[in-house]
Amino acid sequence: MAVLLEKSFPVEAGAYTTAGEASTTIKRTLKQLGISADVLRHVSVACYEVELNLVIHSLGGTLTLLVDPEKVTLISKDVGPGIPDIEKAMTEGFSTANEEARTLGFGAGMGLPNMKRNATNFEIQSEVGVGTTITMSFALA
Amino acid sequence: METKRFHSVRLEGDKCRGCTNCLKRCPTEAIRVRGGRAHIIDERCIDCGECIRVCGYHAKVAVTDPLSSISKFKYKIALPAPSLYGQFKELRGISQVLNGLKQMGFDDAFEVARGADVVSRAIRERLKNPDLPRPVISSACPAIVRLIQVRFPDLIDHIVDVRQPMEVAAMIARREFARKHNVSESDIGCFFITPCPAKVTGIRNPIGHEKSAVDGAISVLEIYGLLSTQIRNAPVDITIETASDLGVGWARSGGESKAVSRENSLAVDGIENCIHVLEEIEDNRLRDLEFFEGAACTGGCVGGPLNFENNYVARSNVRRLSSRTQEPELNVDSGMMTKYDLYASKSILPNSAMKLDDDLLEAMRKMERIEEIYKELPGYDCGSCGSPTCRTFAEDIVQGAATKMDCIHKMKEQLKVMAQQMVNLAQTTRE
Repeated sequence: MAVLLEKSFPVEAGAYTTAGEASTTIKRTLKQLGISADVLRHVSVACYEVELNLVIHSLGGTLTLLVDPEKVTLISKDVGPGIPDIEKAMTEGFSTANEEARTLGFGAGMGLPNMKRNATNFEIQSEVGVGTTITMSFALA
Repeated sequence: METKRFHSVRLEGDKCRGCTNCLKRCPTEAIRVRGGRAHIIDERCIDCGECIRVCGYHAKVAVTDPLSSISKFKYKIALPAPSLYGQFKELRGISQVLNGLKQMGFDDAFEVARGADVVSRAIRERLKNPDLPRPVISSACPAIVRLIQVRFPDLIDHIVDVRQPMEVAAMIARREFARKHNVSESDIGCFFITPCPAKVTGIRNPIGHEKSAVDGAISVLEIYGLLSTQIRNAPVDITIETASDLGVGWARSGGESKAVSRENSLAVDGIENCIHVLEEIEDNRLRDLEFFEGAACTGGCVGGPLNFENNYVARSNVRRLSSRTQEPELNVDSGMMTKYDLYASKSILPNSAMKLDDDLLEAMRKMERIEEIYKELPGYDCGSCGSPTCRTFAEDIVQGAATKMDCIHKMKEQLKVMAQQMVNLAQTTRE
């Protein structure tokens, strides 16, 4: 089914002051569309995690929201640095967050596992020196 | 069937000047200025009273019951909110307020703080259940509960299913009075002395149960003058002060958290602050939190718009009045936990007033048009069009409730074009 709604949000690396703004706008959009509370909750959690990942770990990127009648899709695409070992990154408790992020309470190593747990479909592709793309979809029915 | 929802918060049209004060402060974007006057969108209003507080023309009012309405009942019981105690600077004891109310014509005064004692115990019990989604959210502030219905529908199942102290107090007061004086319960009227319009709405349209146990709500402001003269010669009698310090503490933000005795709780006051924290709860950012207590008013119920005293003074008065014991404990008689309906009997439903359309496809089409229109707007969020922000203005245009020329900046642009066209026209006709 064709995508009927698309919104993109640039997310800056290290921008803690604006971190979470894209998620807030995405949540507002989905509520106005009347997306069910159950789906909303899963999207909220995954969306905030992925946005924070862009802020903490990436060199900057874009978060895109797609909505069609069957699902909500979130795509996070960054411009590096890329993840050398995806399997390790997906392990609960593993984190490469820096000191600054940790003092702000991040870096528990739950980001990626949490996204996977909340999404109906979760895909991650990464190449060191190129960037990471995470695609998550959330079924509406 | 009733089609129009009851709201305590109303507009007195002839006093309204059509300014943007209330427009900008409404947490659910429920106000529009049309034809030079504010209008409240019924479905969205949560009766928080922010608009009453910010209106400099006193055009926003709360509808409450007049004191004379108590005469409809043979026996009248006053249910003073604990925040009422904070209204009097020279109070020597809570019993003075209770005796003062009786001197005013009530047959009895029953502390809502005692209801809070019982409710605190019920919440403690609920918190023992590890299966409830965390954080458990307090159901005490009706404006926050309605805010969640409108703006955070995905957090509804976090709201604890325990009734408000006012409801529990009314049930206990009525039954105890009937038994003690051997009279019929139907002859007894229970009147809440309210600091808050949201509670008034909650009595007429309860959330979580069918019918309120409270028969009416009289605002603190309405009785303040009369009660303060009565209090001057009202006796102190600590034997009638039955609520615990913890129950009385509910008047202030943080009091409920203290009474449910959870270390891992968070008390937030002020509706904008509550919105920020609810966003964080939604994002699962506060995953270790056990209990969230949100109060729409600054300071908690002491900051209610129908109070007389300023909330900081009232808060400090309540602090003093609720420090009678070193290590306070809830005052709950055994049996109370099973004798009364302490829990919700109806589930809380989301309020879909923010939804663009019932049909998802149509909602998406509308969203697209909103984005297109929004891009062309100046983004000043000035409110001159009568909508609170440029974005809500774009929404209103798409929903057919406004037209682009309501924007004075768009209008100016248009006039410029038209003026140029007239010049052009004048020049061409001269030749």
